[in-house]
This record gives sequence, structure tokens and C-alpha cells, in this order.
Amino acid sequence: MIALLRRDLALAVRAGGGFGLGLAFFLIVVTLVPFGVGPDGGLLARIAPGVLWVGALLACLLSLDRIFALDWEDGSLDLLATAPLPLEGLVSIKALAHWIVTGLPLVLAAPFFGVLLSLPLEGYVPLTLSLALGTPALSVIGTFGAALTVGIKRGGLLLSLLVLPLYMPTLIFGADMARRGAEGFDWSTPGFLLAGITCGVIALLPFASAAVLRVNLR
Amino acid sequence: MELSVENLGVARGGIAILEGVSFRLRAGEALVLRGPNGAGKTTLLRTVAGLQPPQAGHISLDRDAMAYAGHADGLKSSLTVAENLRFWAEVFGTSDISSVLTAYDLLPLADRRAGNLSAGQKRRLGLARMLVTGRAVWVMDEPTVSLDTTATALFAAAVKRHLDAGGMALLATHIDLGLPQATTLDVGPFRAKQPALDDFDEVFL
Repeated sequence: MIALLRRDLALAVRAGGGFGLGLAFFLIVVTLVPFGVGPDGGLLARIAPGVLWVGALLACLLSLDRIFALDWEDGSLDLLATAPLPLEGLVSIKALAHWIVTGLPLVLAAPFFGVLLSLPLEGYVPLTLSLALGTPALSVIGTFGAALTVGIKRGGLLLSLLVLPLYMPTLIFGADMARRGAEGFDWSTPGFLLAGITCGVIALLPFASAAVLRVNLR
Repeated sequence: MELSVENLGVARGGIAILEGVSFRLRAGEALVLRGPNGAGKTTLLRTVAGLQPPQAGHISLDRDAMAYAGHADGLKSSLTVAENLRFWAEVFGTSDISSVLTAYDLLPLADRRAGNLSAGQKRRLGLARMLVTGRAVWVMDEPTVSLDTTATALFAAAVKRHLDAGGMALLATHIDLGLPQATTLDVGPFRAKQPALDDFDEVFL
């Protein structure tokens, strides 16, 4: 399993691997929003948590179809399915690799991007924490969507439509946690709910992803 | 160890292709599948390898005994030859890749990116993967495609060594590999009779 993780990370950072794609998209969204809504610092500060969360979610969505599509095209998905690795382990490692390549850079970059949106000072800790708690769920749910659409040419649109409703709870509680933090309220309740959703999908969805992958490989 | 397949029925896309396939492979034996295109050789191999469940019948060995090689080699073009092979060796829990590189004459290419290899060299690397799996039954689909005569001889020698060491091989190929242990099975006679569609199925076709 470690070998698979190492290979996926090595592939991501090499030429054409797609590392930084999500981060670049996130940067573009965050820099364009102030130009779009105008130079009103108060308004920007109010919408900053929501914009940062929507930007992170869309950046995550952008790279989902690569999770299985590349391995499907060159035949290595068939070979991995016959390897000693259980498929549940395979999809968990794929989700972890996706999070390290896409989610983790977003978490680390979010405080710097918050400055661009004049996020209030007390909002930085809850924003970073909410992204750290929420982005693993985005990767795990996205892996489920990618497993559902593996083998479909240009399945990206279908994948987005399938995954977006499943992303809603994470977005609602994540953005709420960041917003309450920025406004100086107690943000523990949405934080706990967000952490609960993430723990739940990490525990349950790999089994569903492995099951649909098994059907799609037939 | 023995692989016995009894009364196997396979389907592709919900349509039965072969039925009543039975054969038996003892340690050190190879079976070559023959049949025209579309006869169901690939589907039969995928079923034996455990990638899809059989419609009917029984396969005596578990999928953990099989090593499968399909039409695609499963290579990552941005990794080098040695990295590709080492990855599969780690997945299957074996470690020795240098002897495998020698067996398919890949040692001079070890540090070359897989994306820069020719079609025949890629195929050799794909076949070399079978040696690092350490599994008893090789299930291979058209293994000699795009190989030249020298590489085909290397492949035949590798299969022969595998059989001599007590392994088994199930191959779909039209080339005579010169293996004395090999028997041939024509899948043509096992073609499934198309069952009449009922109204419910027709709705989806």
C-alpha cells in the first residue's frame, strides 16, 4: 500500500502529473473575486470564508476525474485489481494520495489567500482548521464519484453532477465554521459536525467505492 | 497444485459468450487458447483471473494464485523502466528486479522513461512484470503482440522456466511458442447459444 502511495505521489509531481493544478485554480478564484466585487474591504471580509470554501471545493473537484482515469487508460487498474492489495485499501490510498496532492496544499495556502480577501484576524485559525477537517471528506467522496464513472469517456461532467450534492454538508458546515470564526462567534458546533461527517465518510465510503469499482471493472 | 475449470460460462456486457468450458492444468503445464476474434478468449481469461464473476461453473484456484497480463501493459510513461518494475515488485511483495531485467534484456534500458520506449520494448517490460509477481498461474492475453522474433524467444524461454519451476500458464496466442508442455484448446465449440430475449431485456437493448 505504501508502494502505491509513493508511486501516486511520484506521478503527481512529475511532468504532466497535475500537481499544483488545484492550487493554481484556487489562487485564480481568490484573486479574481476582489476585482469582481469591487474594493470594499467590509464586504470582502464578510464573504471571504464562503469564497475561500467554494474556491477550495471547486479546486478539489477539478482533479477528481484523474484519480482512476489514468490507471484505467493504461490498464494498470486491472492489474492492481488482481494484485494482493484489497480494493478497499486501493481506493483509500487513492483518496489519501489525492488529498496530499490537492487538499493539503489548499489547507496550507488558505491563510495566505485569506489576506487577499481581507479576512478578519480572528478568522484564520477556524478557516485553516475547517479546511483541514473538511478537505479529506472532499477527497474520499470524490474518489467514490471517480469509481462510479471510471471507464466513461469524458466522465468529468457526470462526476461533478454526482459528487456535488454529496459535497453539500461538508461545504455548509465548513463555511459556517469559518464564517462564525471570522465574526468572532463560537465555532465549535459546526466544527464537530464537520469532523463527524469526515470521520463517517472515511469509515464507510471506501467500501462503497470498492464495490462500484468491482462492478465497473467487469 | 492443479487448476481445474469445470463447466465455466462467461458473459460480456450481459450477453453469454462461452458456456461449458472445462479444462485441467497440472503444475508445469501450459494451455494455449485458440479461436477467432470475438470468440471470448479475453473474457474467459478475465474470468479465470478473477476480474469478473463466472456466469456458471467453478474455478478450483483462488484469484490470489493468478497473475494477469492483458492487452495493456499498465506502464506509467513518466516513470523509468526500473521504477515501473520495482513498483509491481513491491505490490506483490517480491524484491529482485535485476534478474528480471536481464531475462527480458531490459538492463540497458533500466533508467529510460517508459514513455520513450518502443512498442516492443514496452511489451517486454509488461511481460517482465509477470516474473516479479511470484504467482503460480500466468494468465496472459496475446502476450506476443508487437514482439520481434528475438523477444518472442525470450518470452518463450521465460514461460518455459516458469513451467519447469512448477508454474502453470494459460495463454491466448496464435504464435507457436515451441513449448512441449503446451496443449491447445479451441474455444469455438463452447460458443454460447443465444438465449431468446424476453420483453424486459429488449427494453434495454
